[in-house]
Amino acid sequence: MKLPLAAGGPIIPHFSSSGCERNNQLFCWGWFKQNWAGTLWPALKQHVVLTLIAVVIGFAIAMVLALIAYRYRRAEQPLIWFTSFLYTIPSLALFELLVPVPGLGLSRTTAEVALVAYTLLILFRNILTGLRNVPEEVRDAARGMGMSRRQMLTRVELPLALPAIIAGLRIATVSTIALATIAALIVNQGLGVPILSAMSNSTGPFKTELLAAGALAVLLAIAADGLLVGAQRLMTPWVRARAA
Amino acid sequence: MHNFIDAFQFIGRNGELPGQPHFSTLTYYSLGTLKITLIAMVISLAIALPIGVWLGHIHRGSFVAINLGNIGRALPSLAVLAIGVAFLGIGLKNVLLALVVLAVPPIITNAYVGLDQVDPDLVDAARGMGMTGWQILSRVELPLAIPLLMAGVRTSALFVISTTTISALTGYSDSLGEIINDEASYHLSGVLGAAICIAAMAILVELLLAAAQRAMTPVALRGRVADVIEDEYVPIAVGAAGVI
Repeated sequence: MKLPLAAGGPIIPHFSSSGCERNNQLFCWGWFKQNWAGTLWPALKQHVVLTLIAVVIGFAIAMVLALIAYRYRRAEQPLIWFTSFLYTIPSLALFELLVPVPGLGLSRTTAEVALVAYTLLILFRNILTGLRNVPEEVRDAARGMGMSRRQMLTRVELPLALPAIIAGLRIATVSTIALATIAALIVNQGLGVPILSAMSNSTGPFKTELLAAGALAVLLAIAADGLLVGAQRLMTPWVRARAA
Repeated sequence: MHNFIDAFQFIGRNGELPGQPHFSTLTYYSLGTLKITLIAMVISLAIALPIGVWLGHIHRGSFVAINLGNIGRALPSLAVLAIGVAFLGIGLKNVLLALVVLAVPPIITNAYVGLDQVDPDLVDAARGMGMTGWQILSRVELPLAIPLLMAGVRTSALFVISTTTISALTGYSDSLGEIINDEASYHLSGVLGAAICIAAMAILVELLLAAAQRAMTPVALRGRVADVIEDEYVPIAVGAAGVI
């Protein structure tokens, strides 16, 4: 069961390669342009998909867990222990430990399970903290208006918890982008694939590919962070209005 | 399931492979992991603590301190390692640089937020009692900032252990990641055994640091700040919503 890395990885064209690539100079634009459409762009797209799936599923699970902990205080501590435990396991170890689990193996599901596991702590804590920080007077007022528990949750508590929830989503997304590079170890997807294939180049690490894929991963994370800050502002205009 | 039983047998043999006495043992790689973790943490603390504490003490540079934390969180460790390999080549230098780059931001951000959040009335009272700036810092601000400050250190330590393992993917061969990344020699049982060891190590370090934090927190604060201690991310994330 050796990792199927070579399958979709880029092949450095030895015979047609320029001197830049043969000498393994720091960055060869020629190689970058030649391999953008076939290697780097697909890897970037896969990376985004890996991340989105993990964050969406992680958010759904964390929301349920947070609502349980919000309703039943006794569930909070065990849930925090559980999600912290998952978060503490080093990523390389968690990916590998999931592989022999029946039904998982070297598949995208395995990668997603690990990525989801890492989002839970951050999302769970932020959702729960957001709900807990709703002022008691506001809750009293809602109760006094005759709202049911469900109405209070959907119309008062969750909207007021939104800044904390979006902040959690932001952190979870960015960390998932970072962790998804490691997924290349078990599934042939994402920006980790070109990094690993550049490392396994027979004549030493291929620098152009390392830099290109590494920079793309960093830029993707920073772009996602910026995008989510924007979303945060648009969706919760009252936060800034209050601060001003 | 038998895979995991084999993995524990591998741990029981201290990672030695039957008939191949020249292979390094699990103890050797564990000590290597701890060693580089320790070196990286000492360097990072020496760089980050003075900066974060100072910025928090003078209540300046919130933009830099908080955004540094946000960007630091966005950096994928494999990408940082890969970029490092392109510039510095394979080896300790590259790994240490990546570890420090990843460990410094959370320490600076949390130290800054921890000190910045100290109640200004307390600082005024201390000044009124005739304390000097240095005394205020060491006797009032630092003790009150311990929970958040240590949360940053714990986050960094986790990043570092996790990244030390990942560094095996970029050719560094003195950590437990070496076993995880060499299934051809160590078989699945070895990979899983090493993964279990590194997970246990991360959890142990986390528990030790949590205990250290509890010991360093002023007695009067212990019960009260229990909530804050546990979530290093929430205060920063929620606070950042207004700052960025």
